This record gives sequence, structure tokens and C-alpha cells, in this order.
Amino acid sequence: MATPENKLAFDGGWQYSPAPESTDHVKIKKTYELFIGGEFVAPVQGKYFDTINPATEEKLSKVALASAADVDKAVKAARKAFVGWSRLKPAERGKYIFRIARILQERSREFAVIESLDGGKPIRESRDVDVPLAAAHFFYYAGWADKLEYAFPGRAVKPLGVAGQIIPWNFPLLMAAWKIAPALACGNTVVLKPAETTPLTALKLAEVIADAGLPPGVVNIVTGAGETGAAIVNHPGFDKIAFTGSTDVGRIIQKALAGSNKKYTLELGGKAANIIFADAAIDEAVEGIVNGIFFNQGHVCCAGSRLLVQEPVADAVIRKLRDRMETLIVGDPLDKNTDIGAINSKQQLETIKSYLAIGQEEGSEMFQSSCAVPKRGYWCRPTIFTGVSQSNRVVQEEIFGPVLAIQTFRTFDEALIKANNTPYGLSGGVWTDKGSKIFKMTQSIRAGVVWANTFNKFDPTSPFGGNKESGVGREGGMHGLDAYLKLGG
Amino acid sequence: MSLSAVTSTFKLPDLSRIPTVDEVGINERVARFQSRSIKSASKVEALKLILSMIDLTTLEGQDTPGKVRQLCQKAIHLHDSIPGLPHVAAVCVYPTMVKVAKKALGDRGINIASVATAFPSGQAPLSVKLDDTRMAVAEGANEIDMVISRGEFLAGNYGMVFDEILAIKEACGDAHLKVILETGELGTLDRVRQASELAMHAGADFIKTSTGKIQPAATMQVTLVMLQAIRDYFAATGRMVGMKPAGGIAHSKLAIHYLVMLRETLGNAWMTPQWFRFGASSLANDVLMQIRKQATGVYQSADYFSKD
Repeated sequence: MATPENKLAFDGGWQYSPAPESTDHVKIKKTYELFIGGEFVAPVQGKYFDTINPATEEKLSKVALASAADVDKAVKAARKAFVGWSRLKPAERGKYIFRIARILQERSREFAVIESLDGGKPIRESRDVDVPLAAAHFFYYAGWADKLEYAFPGRAVKPLGVAGQIIPWNFPLLMAAWKIAPALACGNTVVLKPAETTPLTALKLAEVIADAGLPPGVVNIVTGAGETGAAIVNHPGFDKIAFTGSTDVGRIIQKALAGSNKKYTLELGGKAANIIFADAAIDEAVEGIVNGIFFNQGHVCCAGSRLLVQEPVADAVIRKLRDRMETLIVGDPLDKNTDIGAINSKQQLETIKSYLAIGQEEGSEMFQSSCAVPKRGYWCRPTIFTGVSQSNRVVQEEIFGPVLAIQTFRTFDEALIKANNTPYGLSGGVWTDKGSKIFKMTQSIRAGVVWANTFNKFDPTSPFGGNKESGVGREGGMHGLDAYLKLGG
Repeated sequence: MSLSAVTSTFKLPDLSRIPTVDEVGINERVARFQSRSIKSASKVEALKLILSMIDLTTLEGQDTPGKVRQLCQKAIHLHDSIPGLPHVAAVCVYPTMVKVAKKALGDRGINIASVATAFPSGQAPLSVKLDDTRMAVAEGANEIDMVISRGEFLAGNYGMVFDEILAIKEACGDAHLKVILETGELGTLDRVRQASELAMHAGADFIKTSTGKIQPAATMQVTLVMLQAIRDYFAATGRMVGMKPAGGIAHSKLAIHYLVMLRETLGNAWMTPQWFRFGASSLANDVLMQIRKQATGVYQSADYFSKD
């Protein structure tokens, strides 16, 4: 370990001046209605809720609250549209989806700014990750629309019908793309509900869908909170439910759907192990730890929230990680230099804070970077817990914030046992210079995605999904088509 | 300090125990530095800092006393119409030109760096390299930029390379020693990391990427690997080692990205000409042009900036 006098100093000295992304070009309406049957319509009960900017706590817009009656209208519109959409020449369906992708690219700056305003994520991420990946998903599935028979040779492919899709607040536009693109490519129509804290980019996407000239009712977007979600899950008119969110809600949905004829996919929580072997490229592994847990404020279901580091390098890794954390800039999501933005909501900040208290009560050592955070808004400094074990709640439970639990291990087998000793199984990471160790570990971790010498990499061609309590089914890639098709003999 | 005292301080490291480098990860980290947006006050501050870190360089077969005197004038008078500019850190010349530079620079606080040790190839016997070094120091160089024997390093004769650096360090006396790894000839980032460790353990005051005669010269990738090596060496020994990327850094924007990388890798203590240098011949004018632009909002023609 470094002695105090060998410590690097990252405070003071040359600082980066503010470099805010301009918001002049962005139009946010005062009120957003529901997007049903190709037009924006007022909610039946006339209720609305506010969506706020978590970095300033200021209201951005007022958004319609959809009731069961609105969901019913949306389902009827989708059912009506399904007749034409499913019979449309597949190449024509593809054209519409390509058009959505292109418009998204053209308006990428606007989408990035709104995503950061509404959700609190740094503009660097919404600009470089969320929006380009969302467009990439539409491009990718547009290409499949007229090639579905080739994805499943010898099988007859048929769309399911109307899909109800419920998405979370951590990647609002990207999750909408993950859900809508494959559903449309396969000939389904959809009713999508964005999360109540981040509805704006989905509503902007509705504008894009209207601009792209999609037939009315093919995509319907209803906004609201848990009750609206329940109205979707319990509506008999859906052929498929796709949900991304917490494991608790996933359980309720699975119970509700049991015995029904609805197909479903569930993308739920995670508590991924990121395993650093002593022979890894240490500096790059530290960067991988940072990308694994501090990307999107740790609001990532596949976040590398448990670090398992081999004992010979543990001190060096923790020292380097602390130094790196001191260089992370927390603050205004719209500043191009911000690394960590605002926590998505007050409620989520309280959840994270409760875990910070739990970790300390459990006797773990907590370290937070020393950066200043703004007075208003919801903020959490990047945090690590050392001296934790499998018995601690900060190791067992999903925190969904920039909080990393660090454990050490001695042998390959010990790392593997700890990695798998969780009810979740969404993702994992392995860092080693030895190829054979990568293969042995990736084959043994029970998780849907395992990254080797990198973390949090996404691509539309790659399937994504969980084992155990992390969910059912796969999205992305060819596997993602299967979730929206009836396969015949 | 006797040679035996020096050798007892510096020991050849076990290169097999040095951490490996992942090139994909290095590229990603570099891209992240490049995504930093440096504006307004922080940009002006950076530009001035860059000027103060420049080793203004001429290393050509056609160098003459006349050319070196002109370069020294440029070092002293970077752009007198802009008040408050710093001077460059050093001029960098061949040993035969040290005397000329010393006379031209006088006592203005601008260092004289001289490449020695059969620059740029290093293909000469140790005795020749030592003479080369001693001559440059005797003529007034306060900094010696030596090249390592890349052939010996690639052949695995690490002890030989280590001993050579040690001997040159001894010959330098009070002059600072910069050790040029010539990363463009080392092949992989792992080897860059190993050569960095070897040079630091042999007593290098600075490690430097390139001679400028081999492509690629300095890149952000190799510089990052060397900065990481400096960081680990500092953590282990408490001794600060300086860094000098050289060759291929011609524009302010790139130089600012290097500063971002320096700041986020080694912290503020290294953000001075004492610990970081740019080896460059044409960077200064681009920086001056940017400083002018920051003040006036418009770019001036390159003809307004002296080309010495």
C-alpha cells in the first residue's frame, strides 16, 4: 500500500470549466397526452402527473395518467392495427422501422438532452450510449423483418398479436427500442408504458413514430405508474407481456400471468460478480470496475455491483480504484465532463442511502470520493464497501446505485462459488490475462451475460437476459425474435 | 556518489512480475480522456501550461549554429505581442549544438536538453555513448535525452540495457536524465510497460516515448501506459519520475488531451514543467494561435506567428 506521502493529489490545481450542452434546440411541451391510435389523446379520467428533473427538482412537464379505461382503448387500437400490420409485406414493415431508426439518428442530440434532463444521466452517456444504441436496435431489427424464416429454418413464423410492454427508468429510450423494435419487426403491435419518472423520451419517440408514418395503433404509448402497469398485465387483450424492472414486480407479474395464455419475458434485477484475477491487466480492470458499477449512477440491472478480487492484488486494486474515484466528476448531467449524474428519483436516493447505512451497521468500511455535489437535486457520491462478506446485505441485495461491495478470494473455485452464491444471474465479469481461465469461468458462472476483460458492453446482435431471479427469456439478437413469434412446425 | 553506491540504490526489476497491459482497455480509457470538453478559462490555463512544458526541438542532420540560434530566439520570445506568456521549458538539440544554445539562451531559466548516446539508433559502444553524454554535459546541457538499446532490449538482454542506463545516469552528474524508450520499435504495450519499469529502476529522472525519427512516435496509448508505470513506481518507492511524450504532437487540442490524461492519471503534482514535457517543434505556434483566438474570438493567419 502507498504510504501517506506517496498519495496522489487530484483536488485543486487545473480544473475543467463548465461545458454544458445547450438546451436551446429542445422542445418539451407543457403537457403530454397519451399516444393511442396514432394520435395524442387526453386520459379518460383527466388525471395528470408531473415529471421532474432529478438534478434540479424542477418540473419539466405534466404527463397524462392512464387508467384501465385508457389501457383498454390502447389495446383496442393495437388489436385493430394488428390486422393490417401483420399482413403487411414484411419488407414494408422493415421500411417503417428503418425510418424510425433514421429519424432517431437525425434527432439524436435532442433525444440525448431530454434523456439527461428527465432521467439525470450524464449527457456523455445519453449521447454516446443510450441514443446511438436505441437507433442501432431499430436498424438491426428492421433488417430482420423480411428474413424471419431464415432465423428459424423449417419453421412457420407468425406474430403473436398485441404485446404489452412495461419498461424501467434507467434506460428509458433504449428500453423502449429493445421492446418495440423486435415486436414490430415480427409483425406485432404494441402498447408500451414508460416508467413514471422518465416518460419524456418515450413520448418523443411517439412523435417520431407519427412522423415515420406508421399506421395508427401499431405503437401506443400510455404513461402512468404501477397501477397503469397492473392494468396492462391484467388486461385480457394482450398476447404477450414484456417487462423490465425489479424482481419484486416481476414476481407479481409472473403470478398474475400464471394460467393465462400470454407469453412473457421478464428482465429483472441482478447482483453481478466482477472477478479480478491477480494476472489481470490491473489498470484496465480498475477501469472496468468503474464502468461496471458507476455507469449510469449504478442504475443498471447488469451492473458489476460485487467486486471479487484475488488477494495478492487486492490492496493495489483498491488503492487504484480510490484514486480513480477521486477523478470522477459528479454533477450537472448536461455538463459534457460529468461522469456521474443525478440519482433518478428521491425514492431511489432514499433506497441507496438506506443501504449505505446498512453497510456501515454491518461493520463494513465505507469509502466515498471527496467530490462536491450540488445542493439541489438527488446525488450520491461513488461509494465502495470493503471488508464485506457473502453474509452481508450489501453483498446479497440489489442496491441499484453507485455502490460497490468488495470481497477478496484466494482460488478460482472460491471466486466461482461466491459469484454463483446469489439468487440473481444476469451478468458477470472476468478479468485475467489467461485465455483458458476466461473460458473456464464464463462456462461456470450461471448468468445470462458474462464479459471478459470488459464490462457493460451492449450490442443489438447479442442476446441479453437472466437466469434464476434475474428473469425469463432473452432480448436482442436472433433470440429476441423468438420472444415475439409463434413458431409452427 | 560512487558507482557502487548508485548500483546499490537501483536494482533491475523482475520484468515477469510487471502487470500486463490490455490494449483494448487502454484504447477505451484514451477515448474517454478525449471526450473531456475543455473550455474557456480552463482552456487558456491549459494552453499556457502547455507552452511552459514544451521542449522546443531541432534534431536534424542539417542543423547549424544559425538554425539553433534562431530556435533559441523563439524559445525566449515566443510571441511578445501577447503579454504574460511563459517561456518554454527547454530547447532540445544535438550535443554539438549545446554550446551555441547556451550562449544564445544565457541565464533565462530555459534549460538545454541534449540528445546523447548515439541518438537516434543507440547503435554504438557504451564508451562512445558515455563520451557523447559527458561532452554534452560539459558544454552546458542540464538535461540529457538518452536512447535505450532497443536491439538489446528486444533480444532479452535486460541487464545490459539496465547497466547502460545506470552508467549514463552516472555520467550525467547533476544533469537530469530522460530515457527514450522509442516505443515505436518495441512492438506491444506490454513491452512499453516493461521498458518503463526498467528505465525508472535504473534511475531515469524522466521517461520519454520517442526520438521522433520512428513512426509511430508518441501516442496517447503509449503515454498512458508509461504514466501508469510512473504511478506504480511512485506508489512503491515514493520517487516521482517525469514523463515526456515526443513526436507527433502538433496541435493544441491533442496536447490538452495529454494534460487531461496526466491530471487524471498522476494528479496535480505532475502538472508542471518539472515533471511533464512535450517534445515538439511545431506545437508552440498552434498553442499561440489558440491563445490569441481565446482572447479575440477569431483565428489569426499563421503568418502572424514566427517560424523559427
